[in-house]
Amino acid sequence: MIQLFKDVNIDWLGKRRIFITASVVLMLAGLISAIARQAVPGGTDAFNLGVDFKGGSVITVKFKQRPSAEVIRAALDRAGVHEAVIQPVTDKQDEVLIKLPQMGSAGGSEATPEHAQVDIGRVRVAEALKTLGPEAGPEIVGTEAVGPIAGRALRNQAVAVTLLALVGILVYIAMRFEWTYGAAAVIAVFHDVLVTLGFFSIFQWEISLTVIAALLTLVGFSVNDTIVVFDRIRENLRLHRRESLYKITNDSINQTLSRTVITSGLVFLSVLALVLFGGEVLRGFSLALFIGIIVGTYSSIAVASPIMVWWQQRLEAHRSSAPESDARPQTAGAARHSRSIGRS
Amino acid sequence: MRKDLTQRVVIIAIITVIAIYVVFGPHHRPTWRDFTLAGIRQNLAENIHLGLDLRGGSHLVMQVKTEEYLKRLTENTAIGVQNAAKDAGIGVRQVRPEVNGDDYRVVLELEDASKASDARSQIERKVDLNGWTASVSGNTVTWTLTAAAKRTLSDQAVEQALRIIESRINLLGVTEPTLQRHGAPESHQILLQMPGVQDPERIKAILVGESRLELMHVISPPNPSPVQTYATKEEAIQALGGTVPSNRQVLPYTEREEPTATGEKRAQRWVIVETPAIIDGSELRNAEAVSRTGRSDDYQVAFTLKPSGAEKFARWTGANINQYLAVVLNGEVKSIAYIKSQISDAGEISGRFTKQSAEDLALTLRSGALPAPLVYLEERTVGPSLGADSIRAGITASVIGLLLVVLVMIVYYRGSGVNAVVALLLNIVLTMAALILFGATLTLPGIAGIILGIGMAVDSNVLIFERIREELRTGKTVASAIEQGFARAFVTIIDTHVTTIVSSLFLFVFGTGPIRGFAVTLILGLAANLFTAVYVSRTIFIWLLNRSGGRLQTLSI
Repeated sequence: MIQLFKDVNIDWLGKRRIFITASVVLMLAGLISAIARQAVPGGTDAFNLGVDFKGGSVITVKFKQRPSAEVIRAALDRAGVHEAVIQPVTDKQDEVLIKLPQMGSAGGSEATPEHAQVDIGRVRVAEALKTLGPEAGPEIVGTEAVGPIAGRALRNQAVAVTLLALVGILVYIAMRFEWTYGAAAVIAVFHDVLVTLGFFSIFQWEISLTVIAALLTLVGFSVNDTIVVFDRIRENLRLHRRESLYKITNDSINQTLSRTVITSGLVFLSVLALVLFGGEVLRGFSLALFIGIIVGTYSSIAVASPIMVWWQQRLEAHRSSAPESDARPQTAGAARHSRSIGRS
Repeated sequence: MRKDLTQRVVIIAIITVIAIYVVFGPHHRPTWRDFTLAGIRQNLAENIHLGLDLRGGSHLVMQVKTEEYLKRLTENTAIGVQNAAKDAGIGVRQVRPEVNGDDYRVVLELEDASKASDARSQIERKVDLNGWTASVSGNTVTWTLTAAAKRTLSDQAVEQALRIIESRINLLGVTEPTLQRHGAPESHQILLQMPGVQDPERIKAILVGESRLELMHVISPPNPSPVQTYATKEEAIQALGGTVPSNRQVLPYTEREEPTATGEKRAQRWVIVETPAIIDGSELRNAEAVSRTGRSDDYQVAFTLKPSGAEKFARWTGANINQYLAVVLNGEVKSIAYIKSQISDAGEISGRFTKQSAEDLALTLRSGALPAPLVYLEERTVGPSLGADSIRAGITASVIGLLLVVLVMIVYYRGSGVNAVVALLLNIVLTMAALILFGATLTLPGIAGIILGIGMAVDSNVLIFERIREELRTGKTVASAIEQGFARAFVTIIDTHVTTIVSSLFLFVFGTGPIRGFAVTLILGLAANLFTAVYVSRTIFIWLLNRSGGRLQTLSI
């Protein structure tokens, strides 16, 4: 039988300083990118939000013979559309995305209702494309237009719903294990989302609604990974009552290591296929998952477990400091701990 | 053990056959064609409801401007209060509607402060002021719309708008539309999905057409002197003495202008009309496009009134020969004519319409006036080719991913890898079958949910197999290693699945659109997984054990 790991004995928790440093550096990089981009006037925004969240229009045009971006821009200029971004579709030679920012104020005042703004842009683009002549053969194959109010609502809803889902996760894990476990898992998930968003800020990949679906997927994977380790810790705590939580956690990570690597490796393969063959529409989605799978696997071992052990030890030290101040907190803690979570 | 195995196999066989039929079989009376490759393909396409992002079509989110509805209601109530006060002989200094942000008030100022509470009860007996709370201070009585009434009235406005939109899309002949409230109830949003519609411009214009038709009396010297118009709004207000009383309105009047033209506008004039209108759109019986000259750009919209409206109209026109009458559409005067003789039930909106614009206007008039204006918040149109491209790319990527997974599983776990692959394929079929049975639609984020579900299905098998290997290493027999492996891994599988299902339920209940689509497929996939990865996979192992008479020495894992 092929076996990836035989009797591994890695001191994962001993490397926690390196892990935490790496995580903090990654998160800071994203944060600095976001803040710097936001702060520099006239530059790009913290995140490259798609029309879903920012408002505006995207028109997908398919050509028989695609003219150059300059020719298209000149035609749009003549039709009075000046702020268009023209973006060729990378994996399809004959398609172009024309992006129009939201015109007018965000409030949608009486004189210029939002729907009219979006429509005028689209109608003008259609007219401008006609001037390119029949050999170009332009055809509008898709339109997306989102008003600024709807964009804001979609963004707020996505964030609120995700937070609610995380609370659900926290409560369930707290019920099945202990609340420190739940908190550690949720902190790890936060870490994953922040690091992934950091990449999106640094590389200015566009964030659309499908990216939100990808973030939700990575939350699922990350929690899944963390629970597998925690479950093993719970089981080992019951089997080896005399061991310290520190050692048990290390052992549990090592015991589940081949499972972690195989599962993550398989999912990673599927996501790689998505990145390579999934096409433009799925691009943001695939990239978010690509980063997310790596970060999510890493965080179960390098973030969730150390935080849980640290927190649990602090709690135990705190509890045992009053009656017997010189007791070894780890061993005593683990023993008490094992009784308190023997509920599965 | 043998009896147990038979029972398991029967259960699995029944579920598998049903699921395969649900996914690939016809949902009508089967014919021979349904069992050919082409027939199965067609059935598959018919059974799975694809979302608009995959299938192509238009997705519109609109919002009902309910504040406009409440504003009009306040104005009409003010007129009602004024008339009631006049009828009761109460000395009124002023009645005015007040709209301040989210506050809607009718303010009545009396000449005599001592009669305030008396006036209040007299007026409340005549005017329906349910939902308004009154307060009296000095010589003023103020009616304020309560929060509960605002909510109910806004809700009614949205429901009414929904009905009118429905009748308009039915008149337009849109096939298979989805029309429903969208988002939180207080967001007053409506979602309309129209599969296959690629150019929604005309439909959009028709849907937002307010079609508020009013016939109003123009304040002007009667015929034969020409109708009194003003060059600016200010001039008209000046003629009224500086302020517009609540029974007068100043409206724009553009003579013979095509409503769809955006370019050159003719000189706009202003006229003063009397409110309330003599007749409004609710009294319409029918409306249609007619051409007097036969020219394609010279259409009018002829309308007829319901009996009750006709009676009212006849009475008014009979008593006001030679007065001027305005046909007002959405707060704009479309035409003005003097009354030659008593008219009862027919009228006309002239304005040199094109055939199309006249027909569209007639359609919106027939379907009734919207209670409040609509604005579009979101519009997504996906052409069928774009949707097909997404499906093709998604399927290519999924199949390649799946093949890689299958390959690795079989290489790594050998015989047991085949077991996992069987469970995995069954999982996909069951998920699709559940999706079809629940009538859910498959969208791009839904595919993401399926991918996560498949990932977790593979993970369940890996968990179980790794556990069995561990047990084997400790020197257990194959039978007890399998037993222990499943038992131990089961706890973990339950925990991971329930956690994800709990969080997905939140997404399903509180999310909309794409987030919801993701949650649905994920929940269904995980539920299927508990069956396939645990029950089916276990059964295959039991079968292996049984075949060797329970003395299996080595396990291919």
